[in-house]
Amino acid sequence: MLNIGGLHQGVVIDHIVAGMAMDIYDYLELGKLDCCVAIIKNASSRKMGRKDIIKIEGPFALDLDTLAVLDPNITVNMIQDDTIVEKRKLRLPEKVTNILRCKNPRCITSIEQELPHVFRLTNPEKRVYRCAYCEQKYKESNK
Amino acid sequence: MRHVISPLDLTVEETDDILALAGKIMENPEKYAHACEGKKLATCFYEPSTRTRLSFEAAMLNLGGKTLGFHSADSCSASKGESVADTIRIISCYADICAMRHPKEGAPFVASQFSGIPVINAGDGGHNHPTQTLTDLLTISKLKGRLDNLTIGFCGDLKFGRTVHSLINAMVRYPGVKFVLISPDELRIPTYLREETLDARGISYKEVSRLDEVMPELDILYMTRVQKERFFNEEDYIRLKDSFILTKKKLENARDDMFILHPLPRVNEISVDVDTDPRAAFFRQAQYGVYARMALILTLLGLAGKEY
Repeated sequence: MLNIGGLHQGVVIDHIVAGMAMDIYDYLELGKLDCCVAIIKNASSRKMGRKDIIKIEGPFALDLDTLAVLDPNITVNMIQDDTIVEKRKLRLPEKVTNILRCKNPRCITSIEQELPHVFRLTNPEKRVYRCAYCEQKYKESNK
Repeated sequence: MRHVISPLDLTVEETDDILALAGKIMENPEKYAHACEGKKLATCFYEPSTRTRLSFEAAMLNLGGKTLGFHSADSCSASKGESVADTIRIISCYADICAMRHPKEGAPFVASQFSGIPVINAGDGGHNHPTQTLTDLLTISKLKGRLDNLTIGFCGDLKFGRTVHSLINAMVRYPGVKFVLISPDELRIPTYLREETLDARGISYKEVSRLDEVMPELDILYMTRVQKERFFNEEDYIRLKDSFILTKKKLENARDDMFILHPLPRVNEISVDVDTDPRAAFFRQAQYGVYARMALILTLLGLAGKEY
């Protein structure tokens, strides 16, 4: 069993689907941070079997809500003085840009590559995002 | 700067104001014959269209304005790879208002983000066609005298028909409206429309597969074309197509004050013997379309309340 040391101050992004940590690392642009970042892949999990975890050290400002768009099961724990001070509940953002991609071949984004892919949350309960241009519902299989 | 990209960009109040203005124009067209003098409408049509483009042009000419534009993607700089955003920036320098049709969904919305002049969506693929909806609303309100407490039957291709979806979305905003949805199983309204619009608002509706059985209930019958290419196989098409053709015979048990609408073009879904029936309103609907577009142009140019 690999041990990664505790965190004095920072964020633990937990319950990431195994294999997805690097996608989230890239999406959050963690490579640009100066602080210490640990990526734990394939950690054992009673709930998930295997999972990924990311630990980020230090105070910083990150828009973590968009993680809820990528994976609703992700949990975020804020750590201060070695203890969890907040279990952050991720809220689905009203609008996301260049996170989801519209795959509708009839959408204007299919021919104008420079347009940002903008999606709006139209049904928070059912987690429905629709393309701001063609209003097509985003489907996971479109990822 | 106001744009009309979706029928729901206009509130009920704004929609009603436009319909009222269209009514005034119908009663006294001479009064509005110079209302847009000195103004120019750009018709930017990236795909061919007969009715919509000519209707827009007729509307602007009736208001004393002028028109310019292009009528296919081949005849504009899109063929050289220019983006919609750049095109509308340039058109904004030449005209006062733009009507845009584009085969790709969302293109007029993109235009509205970069435009210096009001943009009207004149149809974007299978997505929105707000001036058809205004036309339908004006036709219904003029023929029936109201937009509330009506039973509206939609018949034919309810799955892909953008005019049906837009009109349902617009009509649910009026009280007491019921829908009868007549289509083959394969062409029923999309789930999102059923769940997010009809069920979510508690709207009364039923889905049936035969036109004749519901005919006596209808105040309005909105016909659409059942296209062969929408079916998985030819047998299904041949088996079902006749159920969705309106004939004089099927009209026998319809109310005398029911009206038949169709966004046109009609192919064979309304038999020509229906054309002479006083309830056939689909050609009058095209005339109403000009008035609806005149009222919308005046409104978006800020000329609606002016003295001419």
